[in-house]
Amino acid sequence: MATLHTRTSARYMMAPAVLLLLAWMLIPLGMTLYFSFLRYNLLMPGMEEWTGFLNYKYFLTDPAFDDALINTLLLVGGTLLITVIGGTLLALMLDQPFFGRGIVRLMVIAPFFVMPTVSALVWKNMLMHPVYGLFAWLAKSVGLPPVDWLAQVPLLSVIMIVSWQWLPFATLILLTAMQSLDEEQKEAAEMDGAGAISRFIYIVVPHLARAITVVILIETIFLLSVFAEILVTTNGGPGTQSTNITYLVYSLALLQFDVGGASAGGIVAVILANIVAIFLIRMIGKNLDR
Amino acid sequence: MGNIRLENVKKAFGDAIVIPDLDLEIENGEFVVFVGPSGCGKSTLLRLIAGLEDVTGGKIWINGRDATGEAPASRGLAMVFQTYALYPHMSVYKNIAFPLKMAGMDKKAIDDKVRGAAETLNLTDFLHRRPGQLSGGQRQRVAIGRAIVREPKAFLFDEPLSNLDAALRVAMRLEISELHHQLKTTMIYVTHDQVEAMTMADKIVVLRAGIIEQVGSPLDLYRSPRNRFVAGFIGSPKMNFVEGDKAAKRDAYAIGIRPEHMTLSTDDGQWPGTVRVSEHLGSDTFLHVDVEGAGMMTVRSDGDVPIDHGVRVFLTPDEAKLHRFDADGKAL
Amino acid sequence: MAREASTSRKLTYTVIGWSIGLLIFFPVIWTFLTSFKTEGEAIANPPSFLFFNWTLENYHEVQDRSDYLKHVINSVVISFGSTGLGLLIAVPAAWAMAFSPGKHTKDILMWMLSTKMLPPVGVLVPIYLIFRDYNLLDTQLGLVIVMTLINLPIIVWMLYTYFREIPGEILEAARMDGASLGKEIVYVLAPMAVPGIASTVLLNLILAWNEAFWTLNLTAAKAAPLTAFIASYSSPEGLFWAKLSAASTLAIAPILIIGWFSQKQLVRGLTFGAVK
Repeated sequence: MATLHTRTSARYMMAPAVLLLLAWMLIPLGMTLYFSFLRYNLLMPGMEEWTGFLNYKYFLTDPAFDDALINTLLLVGGTLLITVIGGTLLALMLDQPFFGRGIVRLMVIAPFFVMPTVSALVWKNMLMHPVYGLFAWLAKSVGLPPVDWLAQVPLLSVIMIVSWQWLPFATLILLTAMQSLDEEQKEAAEMDGAGAISRFIYIVVPHLARAITVVILIETIFLLSVFAEILVTTNGGPGTQSTNITYLVYSLALLQFDVGGASAGGIVAVILANIVAIFLIRMIGKNLDR
Repeated sequence: MGNIRLENVKKAFGDAIVIPDLDLEIENGEFVVFVGPSGCGKSTLLRLIAGLEDVTGGKIWINGRDATGEAPASRGLAMVFQTYALYPHMSVYKNIAFPLKMAGMDKKAIDDKVRGAAETLNLTDFLHRRPGQLSGGQRQRVAIGRAIVREPKAFLFDEPLSNLDAALRVAMRLEISELHHQLKTTMIYVTHDQVEAMTMADKIVVLRAGIIEQVGSPLDLYRSPRNRFVAGFIGSPKMNFVEGDKAAKRDAYAIGIRPEHMTLSTDDGQWPGTVRVSEHLGSDTFLHVDVEGAGMMTVRSDGDVPIDHGVRVFLTPDEAKLHRFDADGKAL
Repeated sequence: MAREASTSRKLTYTVIGWSIGLLIFFPVIWTFLTSFKTEGEAIANPPSFLFFNWTLENYHEVQDRSDYLKHVINSVVISFGSTGLGLLIAVPAAWAMAFSPGKHTKDILMWMLSTKMLPPVGVLVPIYLIFRDYNLLDTQLGLVIVMTLINLPIIVWMLYTYFREIPGEILEAARMDGASLGKEIVYVLAPMAVPGIASTVLLNLILAWNEAFWTLNLTAAKAAPLTAFIASYSSPEGLFWAKLSAASTLAIAPILIIGWFSQKQLVRGLTFGAVK
């Protein structure tokens, strides 16, 4: 067939998607970059002026930034730890035959489909509320003082909520990977004298390594941008105890109307995300060659 | 009617030249097999004839008409693909009917033809199944059915049996040969399996690196290969080649002798050696003999030869059936 | 061959499996149950699990007080609108990449993916200002546009992996069989592509329905979809848990069902084909 002709039409077919994404990426990002060098507050229109790296200096030296950075790392790291370990265990469990496995599987993956605002509010009110919450009731029934989760351990609370949402994702992906493991490989290892634990360590884990990496990378991308859960539970507080970088930028932009500072923060967030993204893109790219 | 003529056909993918320059004449009603090792350009050649690839240069004539620029469908050829390429979402009936539907034939005529083809190919009971519910052999037959109903000028087969198991392969080989006798339509068949080539072809085209090494009937190629490549490729087990003294004695750079053209003896003969492996097939015995000064050679003997590993034997070639080659590999 | 597990082992796993499953699923069950309680029972201590007066009152109240249906419609318009628009843009692109790949196809794909990794806060300020200046704040149209753009890479990517699985020989067979390009698309390609497109639609509906950064930041009362509407229950005054539960149950039920049906595709879509 006329290959030259199809090449040209292929280009036209790709054009809208490419151009739209290009615009979506370049225009706002370019504007953010530009704003980040301006003193620009929506409450003081007409006062914009070039300030160089001053916004970055303020943003990076603000003690709130230190807190936000640490909180972001704790949030991402804690959630990853819980979801990857929990997900592996859950996947192992769901890989065993038992009665009603299909239904259990549906129950386990359900949290992923619950919208973030709903899960955050359900946890905040009905589970973590210091007076009427189920956790408080449970604590009191065993004679412990109830915990005011969101006030006493705000970041941990957010981590719990986010982990509940992302545990299904890790489970589902690790389970899929586990089931793609050739049964004969396990049997060969068994013939070679490997016990159940050795088989897990030498056969299953290496097979899962790739899937675990994918889980870590993709979750990181999303977890860096956790927002709704914080907004509806703690509003970043008390103080900055549960403020992450995304929330900090949001509060600069839409609560303090400091466009310049928020833009500088946005650029910092982009750089942080890119570090992860580079690894992820490389991995997926390799996969594409297969 | 279906004669096909290739004239100075060239094909390159970017810088990679697959077929440098090729001429070939295929007569009406012939069963032609393109055979060669993988990467020899045989499938590309078939796809050029089909019109699925454009030639880089040269002309393709079908029934005396220049078809070089024609779209695949208008060349009037039918193709059976290696993976069968059945439409997974259509029933067997609809698969077979598809080309007729595309040709705008009316429903009644389509029905007659599809049922006719199904009868010929023993597919009547499966007409309403999907390809996914069929065995390999049945899928193969559906693919052939889809080709037959079009009453093409020629059938093109692209390694159609390579996805079947050994027993089925033999059975389908017979079915395709039978079909050729029934239809008497030109068939072009691509394979890397010389047994398929030998058993089915009227004419074999041996290809290497996009160049035709030899064209001829199976027995022509078997009896008088033009060079070492063809000699080694046609015949099973492979021809034995010997260089050095034994060849020089016969005024050649190398000599070739087929396993079936040597006599075996335990007491006396030209070339002494030791049996390394003996394969007892029942009907025949193949002995792999380490011949002194010539290396490993294969010899074919009767089915009941009681010779096993380690026995000293003597091989004597049938001089009349010995092939001589020069240093370039050309037959002398 | 997988071996038959012994019955006792199977029973043990059944007990463990169901316990853990129910534990993880509990917040959803609890929300569902609470939605049928009165506000008093919802905060009762000790909590009542099943033996309370089941009532549908909350569902009525949610609609009466806050025009719940309006937010449902917003959610539907935004998720379906962005999915439809996304498909319209992505199908040709994925098609071209899968069936006539060029030298840079892979680079383009990777680049598209990288746009998905851009953190939304990086562009929050300019998008907010652009929306303000063009009167797109708190409009369905504005959200449809943003949602289309943020999910476009995933749509293109998923469609691409599905299209690539359609074997080229089948297209060649259709060509040999005399199908014109139009007929090839109608009779052969479209039927084979439909399952992949359907999975892509499902995944995208889920993502768009649950998206909660842009919906929270770019909408107010008028165009707020369910995510943003439910966030309004976070205000500290009054405990409306039963009503919150009723609103939540309705908001998550459809997507939970879609999600359960598209588990497999989910893995593929969310890992960009890195895990199948």
